[in-house]
Amino acid sequence: MIYLDNAATTMKKPSQVLDAVIEAFQNMGNAGRGAHRATINASRMIYETRELLANLFGSEKPERFAFTSNATEALNIAIHGLLKPGDHVITTVCEHNSVLRPLYKMDGIEIGFLPLKGDTMEEKAQAILDYSKLEDLYQPNTKAVIVTHASNLTGNITDLREIKSFVKKHNLLLIVDAAQTAGILPIDVEKMGIDILCFSGHKGLMGPQGTGGIYVREGIELAPFIVGGSGIQSYSKEHPKQMPTALEAGTLNAHGIAGLHGALCFIKEIGIEKIYKREHDLMKRFLKGIQGAQGILYYGNSDLSKRIATATINFKGVDSGEVSDELMEEYQIAVRSGAHCAPLIHEAIGTKEQGAVRFSMSYFNTEEEIDRAVAAIYEMA
Amino acid sequence: MRKKIESVIISFESTTQAMKMDKFCMEHHLPGRLIPVPREITAGCGLAWKALPEEKEQLKVVMEEQQIIWQEIYIMKV
Repeated sequence: MIYLDNAATTMKKPSQVLDAVIEAFQNMGNAGRGAHRATINASRMIYETRELLANLFGSEKPERFAFTSNATEALNIAIHGLLKPGDHVITTVCEHNSVLRPLYKMDGIEIGFLPLKGDTMEEKAQAILDYSKLEDLYQPNTKAVIVTHASNLTGNITDLREIKSFVKKHNLLLIVDAAQTAGILPIDVEKMGIDILCFSGHKGLMGPQGTGGIYVREGIELAPFIVGGSGIQSYSKEHPKQMPTALEAGTLNAHGIAGLHGALCFIKEIGIEKIYKREHDLMKRFLKGIQGAQGILYYGNSDLSKRIATATINFKGVDSGEVSDELMEEYQIAVRSGAHCAPLIHEAIGTKEQGAVRFSMSYFNTEEEIDRAVAAIYEMA
Repeated sequence: MRKKIESVIISFESTTQAMKMDKFCMEHHLPGRLIPVPREITAGCGLAWKALPEEKEQLKVVMEEQQIIWQEIYIMKV
C-alpha cells in the first residue's frame, strides 16, 4: 500500500517509537503514583517527554505542557476552560470540527468567522484567509482568537504574524490548533505570542495514536474538563490547580507517551527543517507530475512555499469518494476523500457536494510512491 | 475512471454499524465490501456497503438477524 493519508495519521513511525512502546509495556508502572522503581521510571520518561515538547515548541517551562489523548481533547479543554457566556471569539472558515463543534456547543458565546479572500470561485479555490477582515470582526467582548496553524484540507499555512499583531493590538488570547504542523513547521510559543497550543501526537510528531497535548502559558488558568485522581493533595475535595496536574486527572497513556518520547528524539535528531523540506519536495513532485493530466481541479495556495505537504484535488464532475475508492482498489494508494471534518472550508470553496481528494505526504514516503500516484492519476483522468 | 455498475448500496446509522456488517460478512463470506458513502446519498461522509443488486435480499435478511442497524438501501450506479 502507498500511504498518502498522513494528515489523518502517520502510518510509518520511526523505529524509536516502536522500541520505546515495547520497552514501556514491559517496564513501566503508573506515573506520579507512589515512589517505587516502576512508577519512578514512568515519571522520569513522562517528565523528559515534557522537556522534549518544551524544547520543540520554544518554551522554558515543561510543566506548562499537559498530555491529552489528541488535539481534539486539547481544544475542548481550551475552549471550555477559557470561554464564558457573553464572550466573543474569532475563528476562521478553515477550522476543523475539533474547533467548530466545541465552539458551537458553548452556551452564550458569539463566534466571528474570518473568511477567505476572493470573489470568483478560482480565487476562493486558493483558500487564502482574508486577514484584512480581522478588524471588522473585533468587538468589545472579543476574548480570543482560535486558529488552525495549517488547513487540514488545503495545507495552507495561516500567517500567524498577522494574527499575532491583531491579538496584541486588542489584548486578546491566541489559541493555535497545531494538529497539522507540530513536528513539521517551527513553532515558538514565546516568539509567536501563542497563549494556548493544542497538538496531536500521532500526525506530524509521528507518535502513537492516543497522544497529544496542550501548552498553557503561565498566568492563564483553565478550568479543567475532567477531575479525579492526581497523585498529590489527595485529601482535598478540589482537583489541584497546579499545571500540568490541573489538566491531567487519572492515569496517563504512558505507553503512548513513551512512543511520543521516541518520536520526539527522532525529530530532534533529524531536525524539523529537514523533515519539512523532504515532505514538501515530495508534494511538489506530485503536483508537478500531475499538471498535464486533464480535468483536474486544484485547491490551496498556488504559492507552494505557503503550504505544508498536502495536495488536494478533484476530478471534474466526479465524486471524491469514487476517486479515493478507485485509487485504493486498483492502485493500493490510500488517500482521504469527503469532507475532512472541515465543513466551512468546503462550503467556501464550493466542494460541499463533491468533497475533495487529499494526498498528504510524510517524511517516510518515497519518490517511487509519488511517481506511482502520478501515474495512477493519468490513467484515471 | 473505471466504469460504474449498478449496485445495491446500504447506508448505516454509524461507522460502528458499518463495521459490524463488515465483520459479519467477512467471517461468513458474504458478498460486498465497504466503500465511502456516495455523495448522492450524503455529503456528510461515512461508510456504506456495496454489493450486486441481486444480493440485496440476502443481505437484508442478514442485517435483520444480526441486528445491524441500517439507514437506507439504494440501487444505484457507482
